[in-house]
Amino acid sequence: MGFTGTGPTLSVAGLGKTFGPIRAVDDLSFTVRPGAVTGFLGPNGAGKTTTLRMLLGLTRPSVGRALVGDRPYAGHPTPARVVGAAIESSGFHPGRTGLGHLGVYAAQAGVDRARCRELIEFVGLADAGDRQVGGYSLGMRQRLALATALLGDPPAIVLDEPANGLDPEGIVWLRHLLRAFAAQGRTVLVSSHVLAEVQHTVDDVVIIAAGRLVHASSLTELAGLAAPETYVQSPAEQALADLCRARGWSTRPDGAGLVVTGVLAAEVGAAAYAAGLELHQLAGRGVGLEDVFLRLTGGGGS
Amino acid sequence: MAALVAEYRKLVSTRMWWLLLIVLAGYLAFIGIVMAASFVFAPEDESGSVTLEGVDAARAIYGLTNAVGYVFPLVIGSLAITTEFRHQTITETLLVEPRRGVLLVAKLLATVPIGLVYGVVGTLAVVGASAPLLAGWGDGAFLGDRSVLAVLALGVVVTVLWAMIGVAFGSVVPNQVAAIVVILAFTQFVEPIARLALGAFDGTDAIARFLPGAAADGLIGSSLFGELGGSGELLSRPAALAVLLAYAGGLALLGRFTTLRRDVA
Repeated sequence: MGFTGTGPTLSVAGLGKTFGPIRAVDDLSFTVRPGAVTGFLGPNGAGKTTTLRMLLGLTRPSVGRALVGDRPYAGHPTPARVVGAAIESSGFHPGRTGLGHLGVYAAQAGVDRARCRELIEFVGLADAGDRQVGGYSLGMRQRLALATALLGDPPAIVLDEPANGLDPEGIVWLRHLLRAFAAQGRTVLVSSHVLAEVQHTVDDVVIIAAGRLVHASSLTELAGLAAPETYVQSPAEQALADLCRARGWSTRPDGAGLVVTGVLAAEVGAAAYAAGLELHQLAGRGVGLEDVFLRLTGGGGS
Repeated sequence: MAALVAEYRKLVSTRMWWLLLIVLAGYLAFIGIVMAASFVFAPEDESGSVTLEGVDAARAIYGLTNAVGYVFPLVIGSLAITTEFRHQTITETLLVEPRRGVLLVAKLLATVPIGLVYGVVGTLAVVGASAPLLAGWGDGAFLGDRSVLAVLALGVVVTVLWAMIGVAFGSVVPNQVAAIVVILAFTQFVEPIARLALGAFDGTDAIARFLPGAAADGLIGSSLFGELGGSGELLSRPAALAVLLAYAGGLALLGRFTTLRRDVA
């Protein structure tokens, strides 16, 4: 884990993939810079895994290209030493031990069995390394997949939904790990269908929906698109609704109260006070990043 | 080279290879005893008997490694590919080795040591079970006979070839259940019937010789099948070797440009 330097830039240009009549990925272009964690986000079925598979040479693009540094993934002489990848659909032989699994792939990553043992300890599977993978939990498989990706100490790391199945402690551990990798100068790309899951990990976001790019920026810029939300509840429901309408605020019903978007709690409170309106609850919901995400990906429903 | 090491480790890092090996040894020992006993203790006065005698009996029995045991190396070879698809390890495999032709060649070569072990153990099982019977009650075990030694050695060689053909077949039929069903159906049912049917007519018996099982008999130079009433005509050893290699190469090429050309999902 002693990497210092700069990871390769991952770049996707005009990438497209059609399965029969379905355009899984459509004219997709983005780059992933080294020294940062990039979140690759989109709802289920948006084309994330298909894109990653094309980036990693598992699936042939219908059009466009995907590069790792200056060439396609498969063009690197020892790709496992350039990109460490864990793809969601990848599996394990249930009858092989965790260490046995690493041992199989160690040869092609150019590392020995001592490195396998080091990694199995690193991902927290020291006690399970000699057990068959068939008895592993989903979280343990995720950790083993991560260990496999890290075999060749790669300068770029591509992980497909790595938080799936991890316990909260594991998620925190993964977050620190990915931050550390980025700080070392590695290129880190992590996919997820839940923004909240990676919100505290990523520097940049690439958001796709229905195979198309809908947004690519830093997380800070994405937050700039977000409006603050305030939850407010009053026994005088009609008066509250009238007040919001008079102020020109957009609202939506939420349980017994209303969610006011684009307005801070203090402002809502002041207006209610001025109107002599009794409030039973008033709470800021912070910036609704998840709502921005849903809006961008067309799943907002509003 | 790294791919070769990886493929070899895949084969020996699960239980399957030695489980199948134990079954192979037990099965061949059992059949060896039964066959030897049937030759040794067969009533001699029966007219029209197909019972073999002397060195012919020894060769036919020692050839069982191929004649009866060949389904085992075929299956273990096919598993080298089909387990990758069944458990989706093919994804990781192609991540570390994106050159798919290299991968297939590595798999073909990595089964050679497994095929050797299967061949040696299978042959030892047959000989160990049948030689005492042949020597004690029959016409002799003939273990010093040159033609018998050739059968034994070529039995090992042909087992290696079967394992490689198994790999190549797996690359054409990567679905594990389908591959095993086809192997069992072909070896136990389709080919024996085809050999009988094709061998029954003058025009078609030449074709029967080119069936994989018949070619393997040709390489060994002993055909239990032929001795027991099937077509006795076999290919010469060099021709049989070429035919078996062609099966492995042809199927591997087919697999390379079908299964291994596709996107891996």
